[in-house]
Amino acid sequence: MTETTKPLAIALENCAKTFADGTKALEPLDMTINAGETIVFLGPSGCGKTTTLRIIAGLETPDTGGKVLFDGIDVTHLPIEQRNVGMVFQSYALFPNMTVAENIGYGLKIRRTPEAQIRARVAEMLAMMRIEKLADRRIDQLSGGQRQRVALARAIAVRPRALLLDEPLTALDAKLRDTLRLEIDSLLRSLQITAIYVTHDQAEAMALGDRIVVMDHGRVAQVGKPRDIYQRPATRFVAEFIGTMNRLSGVVRDGVFACRAGELAWDTAHGNATEVLFRPEDIRIAESQEASGLQGTVAAAFFLGDRTRLFVDVGEAQPLVIESTARRDFSHGETVRLAIDPRGLLVL
Amino acid sequence: MRDDTRRLILLLLPAGIFFAAFFLLPMVQLFFIGGSGNTGWAAYAAILTNANYFSSLVATLGVAAATTVATLLISGISGVFLQRHKFPGNAALVAMLTFPLAFPGVVIGFMIIMLAGRQGLIGQISEAITGDKVVFAYSMAGLFLGYVYFSVPRTILTVMAAAEKLDPKLEEAARSLGASPWRVVLDVIIPGLKPAFISAGAICFATAVGAFGTAFTLATRINVLPMVIYTEFTLSANIAMAAALSFVLGAVTWIVLAVARTAAGSTVAAAG
Amino acid sequence: MKNRWLFFLQLGFTLLVCAFLIVPVILSILAGLTVNYLVGLESGLTLRWVMEVWNGYRSTIFLSIGISLACLALTLVIGIPAAYVLAKRQTALTRAIEELLVMPVAVPGLATALALIVSYGGLPGFRTSWLFILVGHVLFTLPFMVRSVLAVLSAIDLQTLEEGAASLGATFWQRFFHVVLPNCRTGILAGSLMVVTLSMGEFNMTWLLHTPLTKTLPVGLADAYASLRLEIGSAYTLVFFLMIMPLLLALQAFAKPRTPKFVAEETE
Repeated sequence: MTETTKPLAIALENCAKTFADGTKALEPLDMTINAGETIVFLGPSGCGKTTTLRIIAGLETPDTGGKVLFDGIDVTHLPIEQRNVGMVFQSYALFPNMTVAENIGYGLKIRRTPEAQIRARVAEMLAMMRIEKLADRRIDQLSGGQRQRVALARAIAVRPRALLLDEPLTALDAKLRDTLRLEIDSLLRSLQITAIYVTHDQAEAMALGDRIVVMDHGRVAQVGKPRDIYQRPATRFVAEFIGTMNRLSGVVRDGVFACRAGELAWDTAHGNATEVLFRPEDIRIAESQEASGLQGTVAAAFFLGDRTRLFVDVGEAQPLVIESTARRDFSHGETVRLAIDPRGLLVL
Repeated sequence: MRDDTRRLILLLLPAGIFFAAFFLLPMVQLFFIGGSGNTGWAAYAAILTNANYFSSLVATLGVAAATTVATLLISGISGVFLQRHKFPGNAALVAMLTFPLAFPGVVIGFMIIMLAGRQGLIGQISEAITGDKVVFAYSMAGLFLGYVYFSVPRTILTVMAAAEKLDPKLEEAARSLGASPWRVVLDVIIPGLKPAFISAGAICFATAVGAFGTAFTLATRINVLPMVIYTEFTLSANIAMAAALSFVLGAVTWIVLAVARTAAGSTVAAAG
Repeated sequence: MKNRWLFFLQLGFTLLVCAFLIVPVILSILAGLTVNYLVGLESGLTLRWVMEVWNGYRSTIFLSIGISLACLALTLVIGIPAAYVLAKRQTALTRAIEELLVMPVAVPGLATALALIVSYGGLPGFRTSWLFILVGHVLFTLPFMVRSVLAVLSAIDLQTLEEGAASLGATFWQRFFHVVLPNCRTGILAGSLMVVTLSMGEFNMTWLLHTPLTKTLPVGLADAYASLRLEIGSAYTLVFFLMIMPLLLALQAFAKPRTPKFVAEETE
């Protein structure tokens, strides 16, 4: 690989964004993005993730007082065309008036790169994305997946200091999304480029991010490694936005957590609580001889092949979700005893 | 991307300057000249107070209204028919119906003369059959025919485009509910085409009110407003009255188009 | 069976409308090529009338071609940038500007021409020049160019395309010439055809704006219809048809809708 550009460290200082119509898209944000890392901004639509990306790109200016630093240098007022960042758009933004090769070579043409070098680099990019045979196609002759590859190649061709990806897989169908996610992952690892990836899809965020920034209503809810975000969510929003979360409400008394479904051994280190949260993989159907203080009735059971997804009514508003690998059928209304792994308990 | 406003203003400037210098300013001038004649600002009321002008106004609006109704009827029937039934020769018919698109008014006047003039086809045929030569090109009837000739091609295009967007499933649904073909036309097709009818009808009306070439070719004594303005300007050299009348004429057509545009919610532009 | 009956009724009606539009065209073409139209085709075919038109009126043909091309050039230069701005900023102000720009089409040509005469008729060099007519034609055709380009620009995701180009380092002007212009060429082409066709046939304004030395083709036509024999008027009309026929055919081709392509994912 000939990517020799030194990866870029990006810092946002006090970046807020209020649009002309008065909507506050982003509350003041401070954030450091390390050189070479892949950081994923994750959140529901309208959470401010795209606005953050556009501020980093130079497509939006932060409100007065906000600063964007590239390797410590203030680029807040530098327009995007002078920032040398590669960008991949949700709608690809490929130029319909150019062929695939012309699209990929466009950034180099703008930089007045000699024709021969452009050709060589375009060929290299086509090979890297395995789309050599598409070189002379027009954009309207490409499928969605092919367009996405061209968009990636075009952004990378200019050896940008950072790669910005705005929901790049959202427009594709599920199967293709999986394939391309894998490709993007290995691409980012091999390029060792600073990458900022915006998505609303938590699976994508988990798979690709060195770190994930979960955003909600223009604020950062949590920053952390995928495992931390999943296992130690900082807020109720994070806990419920990412993955599936079970919930039991009750009271702590005499060293147990008492709820409608029964009792749960309680570690005093958790202190007092009226609600506990845990993931489906931290709860299972108790073995027949195993002691268990909790039980419920099966409300629904979906056999998924490798496991059965059970919805167990325990008298709460929402049934518990349990992924069971037991090799047996569950019938509707059946009473089951439940065991919870205490390490998975969360109190927020 | 962010600080482009100045460049955008720069790009709009040539069109803006041209338009201001050669349209806005002259129109303002025209407005003031309209009030500078013997009668002063009363010239603007003359179109209502002067019996001659008023009768031409009524005639103008009358022929424009008749043109609009006839054109919409013809284009509605033929446009929907050609869009719905694809048969051999369909494309040729469409090509023929839209061929006179953008014929200028003078040429259309001449077409009417070929049809209903002194040496026209209708005259020859009627003479051969009844011994009586029917000639009506040089009258209000000729003018009406000319305006219909002018408006049908563009209206058919609009109607066909709108008919193409009508969902055939709506008609199928109406019929499955027991509606007769006529009820389907009334309840599904006409409401679906309404925006197209409004915008195309407004163009018809506005062009018929303001057109000059056809009337000029057919006969200078046809009593419609554009001809009156032309006569005031050239023969009577009454520039103030010509200015006032043409300003009112301009305002009327502009208002018709503006009202239709808000009603139809689409782009409406006349041509002449 | 009732449907068949209805079908033929509508077909008959449509054929009648076709005849109404096309028969006079054919009659006029024949008249322009017949020795004596009153006698009929048996009097023989001739190019005499066409030659008379060519000798007497060819200057009007050249002037009309010249004005329509100049008109095209001007509407391209000032219309495309205006359309781009209107597509890019959709505010109450730009909508008002668009509304204003269309006014010369809505307002009768007679009024526009009078306004031009009372404002600029006093400039002798200008009043007698073909440029005076050109100004009127540009006013009248500009909205068609702007609308046509604007329609294409509104249909593509202009903002994202430009952001894409900017992310690759393209400046404002590079974006304009590399991305914006090439992607609205169908609109430019359709607008151009419309502008040339309309300018070629414009009469409402031109009749008041012209001088004896600046007669355009439609002005000449009106002259011929009023004062010369039917055969010459017809021959002149024939010449006009020949000139605008290619434009009309091209316009018709453009009026046809296009179906978008769909490309399936290739399995790997």
